[in-house]
Amino acid sequence: MGEVKEVSVGDIGSRAAEADPEFKAETMALNVGPSHPSTHGVLRLMMQLDGDLIKECEPVIGYLHRGDEKIAENMTYNQFIPYTDRLDYLAPLSNNVAYAMAVEKLANLEVPDRCQAIRVICCELARISSHLLGVGVYGMDAGSWTVFMYTFTEREKLYTLFEELTGARFTTSYTRIGGVARDIPDGWLGRVDTFCKGVLPILNQVDKMLTRNRIFMDRTVGIGVISKEKALSYGMTGPNLRAAGVDLDLRKDKPYLGYENYDFEVPIGLNGDCYDRYLMRAEEIKQSVGIIRQVIGSFPEGPYYAEDAKKIFAPPKDKILTSMEELIQNFMLVTEGPQMPKGEVYFEAENPKGSLGFYVVSKGGGVPYRMKIRGPSFCNLSILSELLPGHFLTDITVILGSLDFVMGECDR
Amino acid sequence: MAKTKVLERKPLTFSEKTYIPQIASGLAATFVNMFKKSVTLEYPEVRPVIPENYRGVPTLVKDPKGRVKCVSCQLCEFVCPPKAIRIKPSEIVDEESDRAHIEKEPAAFDINMLRCIYCGLCQEVCPEEAIFLQDSFSLSGYTREEMVFGKEKLLKLGGTLPDNHFKWDKKKSAEENTEKDH
Repeated sequence: MGEVKEVSVGDIGSRAAEADPEFKAETMALNVGPSHPSTHGVLRLMMQLDGDLIKECEPVIGYLHRGDEKIAENMTYNQFIPYTDRLDYLAPLSNNVAYAMAVEKLANLEVPDRCQAIRVICCELARISSHLLGVGVYGMDAGSWTVFMYTFTEREKLYTLFEELTGARFTTSYTRIGGVARDIPDGWLGRVDTFCKGVLPILNQVDKMLTRNRIFMDRTVGIGVISKEKALSYGMTGPNLRAAGVDLDLRKDKPYLGYENYDFEVPIGLNGDCYDRYLMRAEEIKQSVGIIRQVIGSFPEGPYYAEDAKKIFAPPKDKILTSMEELIQNFMLVTEGPQMPKGEVYFEAENPKGSLGFYVVSKGGGVPYRMKIRGPSFCNLSILSELLPGHFLTDITVILGSLDFVMGECDR
Repeated sequence: MAKTKVLERKPLTFSEKTYIPQIASGLAATFVNMFKKSVTLEYPEVRPVIPENYRGVPTLVKDPKGRVKCVSCQLCEFVCPPKAIRIKPSEIVDEESDRAHIEKEPAAFDINMLRCIYCGLCQEVCPEEAIFLQDSFSLSGYTREEMVFGKEKLLKLGGTLPDNHFKWDKKKSAEENTEKDH
């Protein structure tokens, strides 16, 4: 074992230890995970404890590694879409969109307005769903079961909407390169609007139960403070970075999908502690609801896929059944894959957990030569070994809950 | 510069520090919920409403005239991301069939339901509308072998679906017409 790092905090135990070396207790090694309810997946933490105080922490990841990047090299661009569901499996729709947009950037393809509007709604609904889970589970980690019940009821309604739109509740696989799998069902936008109306009172209810709750505040205020500089140096993104006070939001900074046309605010935190990260998620849900309402208000007509991309997006089904040319085109698309030019491209999208990036290297043809996925949860977790020391063992659940990571995306 | 909103926080008031408002509002929330309709479902007695175009178990379908629509082009086998489909093509040997010696049909069509991820790509690429993901979603079996569904089982699960095109009848009548013309 290496040298134990001394951490000076104002607690009684370490003060006593400083005053008299005789009191200095032996440190204890403690292993949490990989299967532990508070690690939200398969994260393993190896810690050195001085009594209740964490002296050292080493996160061990890789228990959910499936080799998605290598899998991508062995299949066509469209075949990889179901695999993107399984990155951040709490917001599969926004992963689908980010991946499709990365490949479209490679093909230099513009999708029509209607497709963009559908994708914006998908992304924002996925953000709401992910943050509802984030807030609910965070409340549960801090000891408030009720909040979880409220947010999960709302999330269930959202999943019914996803089911109608994509055919599946969880593994949506909704986008295709150059468009989306199918158009929105009749009356779906109205139901999304109804959901948006219903989610705000629930947020107020959650707000009443958590935000000014002294028990919750005692457990979160001033715990797990991440400074601006530290957050940036560890490459954190998303709500965790914004809670630290950096106003980096790719929807504003590098607008895609027409986000520049919608009016919304980027919430930023002042302290960067666990409490700020909770406030951040609650506020982002409200902003997302605002964006969805704006999209529904000006929902464009037109095709839901790029019609000029014959070598990328499959022809309509009734054409495949009746016309020889389209039938051949369909066969070519499936067996050869969507035809991409040579080149390298990197695209990042602002996902619920942070910026999810795809780096695609193409040598032409329908299969990527190399694909690199930048998972925001991976970068957000890398700070743990610096963040946890100095906190008590009981704070682990709260800090992990506040970081709101997904191991499927971290390990890939 | 992005339009930002700073998350403010105020210190707790005296009454909030006493926990009393929290306890009161918590009890109020419980009391209100006692009279609300339950949001859960008594599954399996009560079944959820399955929307149209749901991606459930993949099945093979017959057309309204009782013919197997699959022509074993193997496109679904090719596109399937987890490689769950295995097809063995063969000629149509049934002499009474109007497609005998013209088209193919699968001698064996196996879908390994343990591998299938219900992504729906097979349905999307099928040029015959022969494979459909329908509304059943809970499968069970005692062995792994049992979960590899063969052609007969898939056809039984799929049943008959309406056909808007009758591709083969059109093709045949067109052929007959050209023969008449000559």
